[in-house]
Amino acid sequence: MTVTVNPAQTGEPVFYLADEHPHPEGYSTSLGFWIYLMSDCLIFAILFATFGVLGGNYAAGPAPKDLFELPLVAVNTSMLLLSSITYGFAMLTMQQNKIGQTQMWLAITGLFGAAFIGIELSEFAHMIHEGATPQRSAFLSAFFTLVGTHGLHVTCGLIWLVTLMVQVWKFGLIEANRRRLMCLSMFWHFLDVVWIGVFTFVYLLGVLR
Amino acid sequence: MSPDLLKLIFGRLTFESLPLHEPIVVGTFAVVATGGLIMFAGLTYFRLWGYLWSEWFTSVDHKRIGIMYMILGIVMLLRGFADALMMRLQQALAFGGSEGYLNSHHYDQVFTAHGVIMIFFVAMPLVTGLMNFVVPLQIGARDVSFPFLNNFSFWMTVGGAVLVMASLFIGEFARTGWLAYPPLSNIGYSPDVGVDYYIWGLQVAGIGTTLSGINLICTIVKLRCPGMTMMRMPVFTWTALCTNVLIVASFPVLTVVLALLSLDRYVGTNFFTNDFGGSPMMYVNLIWIWGHPEVYILVLPAFGIFSEVTSTFSGKRLFGYTSMVYATVVITILSYLVWLHHFFTMGSGASVNSFFGITTMIISIPTGAKMFNWLFTMYRGRIRFELPMMWTIAFMLTFVLGGMTGVLLAVPPADFVLHNSLFLIAHFHNVIIGGVVFGAFAGIGYWFPKAFGFKLDPFWGKLSFWFWVTGFYLAFMPLYVLGLMGVTRRLRVFDDPSLQIWFIIAGIGAFLVFLGILSMLMQFAVSFLRREQLKDVTGDPWDARTLEWATSSPPPAYNFAFTPVVHDNDAWWDMKRRGYQRPLTGFKPIHMPSSTGTGIILAGLATAMGFGLIWYIWWLAAASFAAMLVVGIGHTFNYHRDFDIPADDVIRAEDARTKLLAGAK
Repeated sequence: MTVTVNPAQTGEPVFYLADEHPHPEGYSTSLGFWIYLMSDCLIFAILFATFGVLGGNYAAGPAPKDLFELPLVAVNTSMLLLSSITYGFAMLTMQQNKIGQTQMWLAITGLFGAAFIGIELSEFAHMIHEGATPQRSAFLSAFFTLVGTHGLHVTCGLIWLVTLMVQVWKFGLIEANRRRLMCLSMFWHFLDVVWIGVFTFVYLLGVLR
Repeated sequence: MSPDLLKLIFGRLTFESLPLHEPIVVGTFAVVATGGLIMFAGLTYFRLWGYLWSEWFTSVDHKRIGIMYMILGIVMLLRGFADALMMRLQQALAFGGSEGYLNSHHYDQVFTAHGVIMIFFVAMPLVTGLMNFVVPLQIGARDVSFPFLNNFSFWMTVGGAVLVMASLFIGEFARTGWLAYPPLSNIGYSPDVGVDYYIWGLQVAGIGTTLSGINLICTIVKLRCPGMTMMRMPVFTWTALCTNVLIVASFPVLTVVLALLSLDRYVGTNFFTNDFGGSPMMYVNLIWIWGHPEVYILVLPAFGIFSEVTSTFSGKRLFGYTSMVYATVVITILSYLVWLHHFFTMGSGASVNSFFGITTMIISIPTGAKMFNWLFTMYRGRIRFELPMMWTIAFMLTFVLGGMTGVLLAVPPADFVLHNSLFLIAHFHNVIIGGVVFGAFAGIGYWFPKAFGFKLDPFWGKLSFWFWVTGFYLAFMPLYVLGLMGVTRRLRVFDDPSLQIWFIIAGIGAFLVFLGILSMLMQFAVSFLRREQLKDVTGDPWDARTLEWATSSPPPAYNFAFTPVVHDNDAWWDMKRRGYQRPLTGFKPIHMPSSTGTGIILAGLATAMGFGLIWYIWWLAAASFAAMLVVGIGHTFNYHRDFDIPADDVIRAEDARTKLLAGAK
């Protein structure tokens, strides 16, 4: 609430604002984006649940132990975690109004993200080459869908990142662009959090299983 | 042309896909096409396309979007109800060796389409439309938080409806029942396009619904006018908030489960197959985790409408406002803990079934509390039996009955007998018609003068009311009887001739409801013709209590010339009682969002993409998807999305209202 109203102070009740100021642009954006992220989180929750239920159904096919190469996954995880840190640097430099440095950190973030996608795709290709296709068993269907959905999100994030870099380059660090960078920042860190879940429950626990 | 090239261009769409061998469908198509052509010609002749495009289709005004949602809901009601009449007729005829008049291929599509259309494209648009129209007015806001998104959400809903309607004339619809359980809905048993129409129709509409849910939550949380604390919000706004929380927390589940089903169908994964470790029951669990909250998504706003109507027409403050709010919130939470009662027969064991049976029964407690609140609001009130109040009383009687049969079904051992029987069908029609549909009609009658500036004609309204209510009881009470006798749902022909009389009674009931729908259309037409006599110049035709009645009917684009300040639950009642003087001077320019065509274009592309995916026309799907990306990203390069309504325009609109009000006195 922008105005506190206490009729007791003035005696006469006030029924309307004679002098009002419109809500600033993007007044609801951060809340709206948070709610969107939570709905997206639910998508991942269902995919995790599906993996939890079907993840042990190998149908006499390959199991996690036969497929996952933890060192590669560790490299991949570090790509994504580093990209989150560099996005953080982009936000810090944005606060200081340093367009050049912001763009640089955004570009580095994008490179880490692209590396993550590249490694993931090569991992997928390797698995499919070995016959561990999404069609092979319910475990593999659930695995490819969960990890693939995360990868798809990162890809969307990359497209968004490039779009924002173009917009920052064209229009500068104006208020609207700062808000957009903030939203992408939340999105990017959110994907990081989801990946930690994937890394733990799919890869680490999968190899233990 | 070579078959390969044809296949590349048209996918699996061929001349044989058109249902030319089904005379009923061809006849329907002729009627729809003629009607469509007449409408198209009329709009062209009167040069209305430009007006529709600039004032309605591209409008981001929540009131116009709300009205368009209502029109969509009513149009789709005609389609969904035509399906219902066909089923009632088939079941009344198919006795004693008769096959009826629908073959199983057609009949199975009819009952599937009926369920899908009634839930997704009738009930949802009606509820969303009312929330869109009313909520910003009730909280003293000028629009929703994200006006462009609102327009986009609406057109996505339309896109889904277009796909479902297209299935009637191009190809076929699913023959699986409205929730498309695998393995029946999987590619092995449903290789044709029916289930794909189902999937993409719901995916396109579902995205719209989720986004509109986010939008309305933000609107209610962020845009309330000064003084309107959470516990001063009108009950309809409270129920809208809870419903939208439910939407955001359940529609993503539907999106995922349909996506997994599409992967099974398109890619050949094994989520819901019988082989390679898949589990069809996983689908049933997931879809009901969306499906149960969905019924509360529909009924909570109806509860809100009844609350507004009861207190207005009883001339009293709503009894037990706080308990009403808490009951709503409790129902919201509990609605997530009951989904398994839809399949007690799955065999999850006595403990699991007991848990879900008990949580289901517990929901009747907050609902019962609401019922008593409405009764106590009416108690010693000065009740005016206007149409919205009549619908409310019909609701209270009907819904209690439906609630009681629901509690019967919540008992797992009883459910083992009644599962998938006509008793269940009677139960959920009892609560959805008695709750959601009566609620929507109460809401339409109540807020119609606000939206259009004149009341609805009471004579045709009352005729419609009595046809609907008697028709409902005649149509569904026999189904309770049949269900108790063990008749299951979705049957096309019957052997036992002693059952026929019940189906004939049900058919007569459905025909009465049909007359009710006709009377309602007549009511709209007559009211339009008599709009001068039925005119509402005050903006407050019912002597109502909440803020939407503080502005003119219909409200100006900016809703309120000055943002209201609220001191009481019944804000407008409080203003009237304490001698509020409408401001006549000091108007300023008002900042508003501009119209945009991006929403309708994006939704059109999404619909085209859905069509391409349904028919395996891959180039169309890929091109539409690429175009969506280009248009969507292009839209973000537009930084100027608002404009100011000049102070002169505000002065002109407000002066006109001043004159009207002076004339009324």
